[in-house]
Amino acid sequence: MNKFVREARLWLIGIPVLLWTLIPIYHIFLFSISTKDSAFSGRLWPEHPTLRNFGIVFREEHFYLHHFWNQIWNSLWIAAATGVITLAVATCAAFAISRLKVKGGRTVMNAALFTYFIPAAFLAVPMYKAMGTYGLLNSRWSLVLAMVTLASPYAIWVLKQASDKLPWELDEAARIDGATPLQLFRLVYLPLMLPSLVAIGTYALLLAWNEYLYAFLLLSHENTIPLAVGLGHFLSSDDSPWEILMATALVYGLPPAAIYYAFRRYMVGGLTSGAVKT
Amino acid sequence: MLIAPYLLVFAVFVLYPVTYGLWLARNPASYQTLFDDPVFFRTVVNTIFFLLVAVNLKFLLALFLSGFFVHEKRWIRWLSVIFIIPWAVPAIPTIFSIRFMLNPEWGVINSLIFRLFQIDGPNWLTNPQLAMAMAMLVHIWKALPFWTLILMAGRLAIPRELYEAASVDGASAWQKFKYVTWPSIRTLYVTSTILSLIWTLGDFNSVYLLTGGQPADQTHVLATLGIRYIRLDQLDQAMATIVVALPFVLPLVWFMMKRLSKE
Repeated sequence: MNKFVREARLWLIGIPVLLWTLIPIYHIFLFSISTKDSAFSGRLWPEHPTLRNFGIVFREEHFYLHHFWNQIWNSLWIAAATGVITLAVATCAAFAISRLKVKGGRTVMNAALFTYFIPAAFLAVPMYKAMGTYGLLNSRWSLVLAMVTLASPYAIWVLKQASDKLPWELDEAARIDGATPLQLFRLVYLPLMLPSLVAIGTYALLLAWNEYLYAFLLLSHENTIPLAVGLGHFLSSDDSPWEILMATALVYGLPPAAIYYAFRRYMVGGLTSGAVKT
Repeated sequence: MLIAPYLLVFAVFVLYPVTYGLWLARNPASYQTLFDDPVFFRTVVNTIFFLLVAVNLKFLLALFLSGFFVHEKRWIRWLSVIFIIPWAVPAIPTIFSIRFMLNPEWGVINSLIFRLFQIDGPNWLTNPQLAMAMAMLVHIWKALPFWTLILMAGRLAIPRELYEAASVDGASAWQKFKYVTWPSIRTLYVTSTILSLIWTLGDFNSVYLLTGGQPADQTHVLATLGIRYIRLDQLDQAMATIVVALPFVLPLVWFMMKRLSKE
């Protein structure tokens, strides 16, 4: 009896948690497979579920979707470039600070942490001004570089933590064998750090794909905006077609969710433990 | 040499912009204009409420749910995988979805209210107070999973023997929490709350994508107000908005940096 009561109490928490989590998600899905008329019927499942909305999206058959494929391409390009550059910058910095113990490493680490903690929406204002000065506004590079700036502090920090855990004997053995620091980096360090590198690359990639604020500040030309900004345009008028917006939103949201779950093993271990130290 | 790329990024995209921005913000006149803007006062009040209510509510829920998710049951483990979705997916689709749900005429919530009670539901997003409350809910919906995971990790690090010993001594569930769990995760709880305070201050999406600052610019927080000034081409005001928040943000940032570089 006691056991039954305890189990029931857990379900009493679990079911509200499940509903709270899934209702907004299910709402997207429901709209995306509904026709315009049935979308507002209040049913839990549409009378005639349809994939028509996705057809409209993929064939760019709506005013807001004329640049859909171009925007997807921009999103992809920006996310990939951010991932690659962040990885390169952060791996080098973490190696130098953690393994080579370069002078001023601590200061650099503090500079990175400072950037990490300052709210991104605050940094956006001076960054916008600076991008204007550099003449980068409306170039996809402005968003890539902004996202590299935002992603690399955390990347360096996590990679440094991971790298500090590698045994020092490896470095010594390599040095005795006459390896240069560069060989040490390439032959010993990179292979051992691979899981963390995968996690960090994914982190930077998702951060850039998901970003809205910087994207809509820095890019406004219809040929350079990523899909996130394109989605925002739907709300510029009150009578925007919800069912088509939700179908587009689903297409936009699914890839990052899939990537997140595919790499969850790395993400949960590598990232949440690094987020807050006790 | 290897450290140069990051130094370059930092100098070009953080150090120079921030210094230049602060230099731009030195003009007292822009603060005068800012303080004279009635929207600004409203925004400060909104921001304070947002921080106090949303962050604390979020952490009490996270503390409670982390206790739920540490149960070793298969269905609870599956639920924790689902529970992380709001944090794993991008902000726009889900916030727009919630925005539609709350639409007073067509949204599913008011339709449901009408069908059940034959009355018109509240104007969720056109009443400023309600709209702020909804923005807080959106923020909590999105950020709760992350902090629950963090507190869960804290709870899992507590040695089991402590609980077993407490059980032998006949401790109640509340006593176990008070004398075993809380002392072990208190530091983590406080650190996380402070970090979350800073980040919540910079939460642009939950407010902007839900209300856009409407109605009549009554639902801004500092993060969205700064961006609003940029869109109005009033860059000095935008910088001033941020400088006003610095006396609050910088001590918290400094505290966090101390915490992290201690080890």
